[in-house]
Amino acid sequence: MAVTEKTSRDAVPEVDVAGAARTRHPLRWVASFILLVLAAQLVHLLVTNDNFEWDVVGRYFNAQIIGRGIVTTLELTVIAMAVGVVGGVLLAVGRLSENRLLRTSCGVYVWFFRGIPVLVQLVFWYNLSALLPRVSFGVPFGPEFVSGGTNHLITPLFAAILGLGLNEAAYMAEIIRGGLLAVDPGQTEAAQALGMSDARTFRRIVMPQAMRFIVPPTGSQVINMLKATSLVSVIALADLLYTVQSIYNRTFQTIPLLIVACLWYLLITSVLYVGQSFIERHYARGATRNAPQGFWDFLLMRRRAQLPPTTPEVPS
Amino acid sequence: MTAVPLTDAPPMVRARNVRKRFGHLEVLKGIDLDVAVGEVVVVLGPSGSGKSTFLRCINHLETIDGGSIHVDGELIGFRAQEGRVRHLRKREITRQRREIGMVFQQFNLFPHLTVLQNVLEAPTGVRREPRGPARERALELLAKVGLEEKSASYPRQLSGGQQQRVAIARALAMRPKLMLFDEPTSALDPELVGEVLATMKGLAEEGLTMVVVTHEIGFAREVADRVVFMDAGVVVESGSPASVLDDPSNPRTQAFLSRVL
Repeated sequence: MAVTEKTSRDAVPEVDVAGAARTRHPLRWVASFILLVLAAQLVHLLVTNDNFEWDVVGRYFNAQIIGRGIVTTLELTVIAMAVGVVGGVLLAVGRLSENRLLRTSCGVYVWFFRGIPVLVQLVFWYNLSALLPRVSFGVPFGPEFVSGGTNHLITPLFAAILGLGLNEAAYMAEIIRGGLLAVDPGQTEAAQALGMSDARTFRRIVMPQAMRFIVPPTGSQVINMLKATSLVSVIALADLLYTVQSIYNRTFQTIPLLIVACLWYLLITSVLYVGQSFIERHYARGATRNAPQGFWDFLLMRRRAQLPPTTPEVPS
Repeated sequence: MTAVPLTDAPPMVRARNVRKRFGHLEVLKGIDLDVAVGEVVVVLGPSGSGKSTFLRCINHLETIDGGSIHVDGELIGFRAQEGRVRHLRKREITRQRREIGMVFQQFNLFPHLTVLQNVLEAPTGVRREPRGPARERALELLAKVGLEEKSASYPRQLSGGQQQRVAIARALAMRPKLMLFDEPTSALDPELVGEVLATMKGLAEEGLTMVVVTHEIGFAREVADRVVFMDAGVVVESGSPASVLDDPSNPRTQAFLSRVL
């Protein structure tokens, strides 16, 4: 036995793999070459095609009227998102409630608002007066306190907030519910065993941990919302897109003005993306063995005193 | 019925005919148990015997289906008035739980809070203790479990044994009358079990009333005033560690001990 082993080992020639030649990847070279050619073509197009009218882009890029459109877009994003987040929290808590009627109602809401395109919802809210000419607040089936014509109440801005916000609430509800479910039920038990109330347990223990799961999809929801606000141009609300449309309808400089809008949308989404990564760092506290720097520390450029190296005697 | 210690003081825990079922599964079939003030009771039994469920009934993490549990003379989870029994409101249950500390098998520390914040959360947030003294006491408690230098760490930076000792300090911070330990060493590597048991032994020597569900026979023998053996939802045998562990009278106890010893 030992003899055969020895002979077979001797049969293998001595090899040293140091200095081995790299494997060639000719297809990678071909792909890189094609991409470079395409990029060169794109640059060439951007520079030589006069239809871009870069001087017009430059003129309108920081024009005051465009600025007003951006402000409307941002306002709408913030307000609709706030409506969505608040509504989403309420709906998520409702869907996790022990009350069956509440649970079902919240489920129906989510089903309804996720099932209808947001553009249809916007147009619907805008035309609400055709369905309900007057709206009033008062005791149900009883006396009215305030009433008025729907057209006075539902301005384009209000229709936009309702359409975007109520729709967003349905999506946020699912994101928040998922985050809440991702927190270990043992956390709630520990808080209860310490005598914490349900509200305090939710606020101090469950929600901060759920935020780690809620923030990343919410960040993409904000970016989606920013882009979705462009839909309000159909109900004649002067957001960024509607503003450039109204200009090029007059001047016929369609392409350069659309490029102005594209550049601004890209710029704002980039800023949002950076902001999201800061917020994620904040809620990563305690998630890993290395304590991350907090959001505010990061923002204020404070250097946190390095923790003493925590080496568990025996990690479990 | 369990032998009640011969003292005039009312028992810290008084459980009578406690019943609990999950669906069709009857987990507790009438548990009677008294725990005297300052007594350390270790509950042993095979898995599925209902011992953890019973422990969780004591602080109303589980609602019992029948019988009654009193802690320090107060009916847990219910109110009996003029012959009628009704469920307590959430905030009253919450108030009752403040007097009862609990340590879990999986530690359940709050991972987003530092060790010190974990210990401080309940005293400052629930009991509204002023921050300064509460902080000093929290540091004292961490020193007591040997972890004051870890106060700024996050739980995930600690070993399992250290996490469980923080969990004990967190429960003690509420100054509980009674401590419940639900298999506190079962999730630990064998070499980390000792540090947690030593901490618990120290508490027992200080006279804290403790109910401990565990598989650590050595701990039961050394620290317990009384050992209770449960099987299939009933208390099979109860008595001094020596009598139950060394000279069990019930065949089910004998069978269990021969497997684990």
